[in-house]
Amino acid sequence: MSAAPGNPLTRSAPWRGTARVFGWLGISGRTLVIAIPMLWLLVFFLVPFFVLGRISLAEAIIARPPYTPLWERDADGTLQIIATLENYRWLMEDRLYANAYLSSIRIAVVSTIFALLIGYPMAYFIARSPEPRRSILLLLVILPFWTSFLLRVYAWMGFLRREGVINNFLIWAGVIDSPLTMLQTDFAVYIGIVYTYLPFMILPLYANLTKLDDAHLEAAADLGASPMVTFFTVTLPLSLPGIVAGSMLVFIPAIGEYVIPALLGGPDTLMIGRVLWDEFFSSRDWPVASAVAIVMLVLVVAPIMWLQSVQNRRELK
Amino acid sequence: MSEPQIAADTRPWRDPARQPFIEIRNITKRFGDFTAVNDVSLGIHRGELFCLLGGSGCGKSTLLRMLAGFETPTEGAILIDGQDMGRVPPDRRPTNMMFQSYALFPHMTVEKNVAYGLLREGMSRREAYARAAEMLKMVKLESFGRRKPHQLSGGQRQRVALARALIKQPKVLLLDEPLGALDKKLREETQFELIRIQETLGVTFIVVTHDQDEAMTLATRIGVMRDGVIEQVGEPREIYENPKSRFVADFIGSVNLFEATVEAAAPDMMRLACPDAGGAVLVPPQTGLTRGQTVWGALRPERITLSRDRPDSARNVLRGTVEDVGYVGHMSTFRVVLDTGRMIRVTEPNNLREGKPISWDERVWASFRPEAFKVLTE
Repeated sequence: MSAAPGNPLTRSAPWRGTARVFGWLGISGRTLVIAIPMLWLLVFFLVPFFVLGRISLAEAIIARPPYTPLWERDADGTLQIIATLENYRWLMEDRLYANAYLSSIRIAVVSTIFALLIGYPMAYFIARSPEPRRSILLLLVILPFWTSFLLRVYAWMGFLRREGVINNFLIWAGVIDSPLTMLQTDFAVYIGIVYTYLPFMILPLYANLTKLDDAHLEAAADLGASPMVTFFTVTLPLSLPGIVAGSMLVFIPAIGEYVIPALLGGPDTLMIGRVLWDEFFSSRDWPVASAVAIVMLVLVVAPIMWLQSVQNRRELK
Repeated sequence: MSEPQIAADTRPWRDPARQPFIEIRNITKRFGDFTAVNDVSLGIHRGELFCLLGGSGCGKSTLLRMLAGFETPTEGAILIDGQDMGRVPPDRRPTNMMFQSYALFPHMTVEKNVAYGLLREGMSRREAYARAAEMLKMVKLESFGRRKPHQLSGGQRQRVALARALIKQPKVLLLDEPLGALDKKLREETQFELIRIQETLGVTFIVVTHDQDEAMTLATRIGVMRDGVIEQVGEPREIYENPKSRFVADFIGSVNLFEATVEAAAPDMMRLACPDAGGAVLVPPQTGLTRGQTVWGALRPERITLSRDRPDSARNVLRGTVEDVGYVGHMSTFRVVLDTGRMIRVTEPNNLREGKPISWDERVWASFRPEAFKVLTE
């Protein structure tokens, strides 16, 4: 393997040695590059998933760890596998869980819709802004990430309290006589989720809308479409991939959200993240908690995989 | 110049009393301190296929975009069919445009693209799609209605764009480099296709192009633009044979330009002193020139004849040496260095020559008729 002189892509000496070693093992550079993320997913996603799955099939006991082992040896030495679907049956029987799932999905869907309604005009405005202003606006969207997420949620508590900024202002302005109850309601949860995940909606939409070709908008106008009609017949359908990506990025974390409903929501705000927390730490029922987590994962992953396959099929067409 | 007068109504621009269909009146467009279009006035008649020709940045596309309504003129007015377009937005104009990039909607099928304009008018879906199918038939794409634009070839996309722009039967169709994205062979076929469609529908076409061959083939008239100004407007033959300025002469086709001084006007011939050509050049007498004035002569390469022996009858004869010969099939191009040191280009059709062809390093006589030497003052 002699290197061509002057080629900037030529490997340096230590790399060449490494490559040779991997070459003997039958591993090419390409395999190596793909292997790193694969390994990451395997160790930090797939393995914990199987651990959860295995615990969800156990029974809760007072021990350490607080669940039954997967197999046992009998007195005569035969191996016995102990697994039960009891926890899943329990999830189906107790209405609490179904309600929590439905309520989580409802809160996530509503939040996603509001994030889209607020985020789309913002992304559109940023994408259509001239260059120097565009960078500043994008920076402003990302800026909240520089402060702690918890701090920002606490700040919202200050806004929404009975003696908070919003109530004080409205009373001062004479709009209301007595303070509104906003904190510890579903309303506060929506505000918290939409506020927190708005950048995840804006960024993919922005990336999509900057690619929008002016000529398409001009062509629509030229053919007699008013700006409004142009938006609904050209801009919106062309930005669908951005809408899907942004909605996923808001919906998925929102459905399992724990901190926001815990801090801003009321006692009747039922979300699956909270149920999960209670099962793990209050009831110390790890098997049921694991079953709750597995079902949620399936609920979230199934629609994504379906959407992905739809999108792939459309691209192939 | 006396040219044959064909039926007068096919060339309405020759009648100065005729009111043009599209009137561009003293249009100026500035972007910041850059003037893209500078005080352009132009009249275009119904049924014309008018070409705006010029290099990049000459303002031709800006002028077209002002006609479509995508740009607002800084000064001046545009009238179409007697109506002032000043405050009319693009979606209410009687114009349609075929974009250089075609700008087909990628998320719609071909038939949806074509029917788009009709549906915006509130036409029923059934009728709109029926009309779209008819239009697709005219551009010979009747079986492609259900495809998406990315499944078509460049030439097919170009035809879809044309069908989409024509379906509303606009008063004026604006075409921005309509053939620019096609390869040479397809471009030549499509040129005649465009002319056929234009003649069938009788729609007024305004075509922007940088390709002089395209303009010459397509146009009823050409407007040559430079630096935001229209240098000359005329029929292709007129522009080629009688360019008004050195720029136009040089831009359209190839030309040999000479600097000369007006020397003396004989009753039948005018004499120019042209040191580059090696002395005096005789041209037909012309008005408006004074003795001692500096002028330029434009001599088309095909108007020069090369010979080994000095031709007896020719009035203008130059002496030189062949430096280079290029064989292009139907003709040959010669580069001849005159004895004055000046290089000229000569082209001759290959079917004319008999005997041994003129070759490298031969001493030749280059002769041309007085009318061939076009005198330009700009």
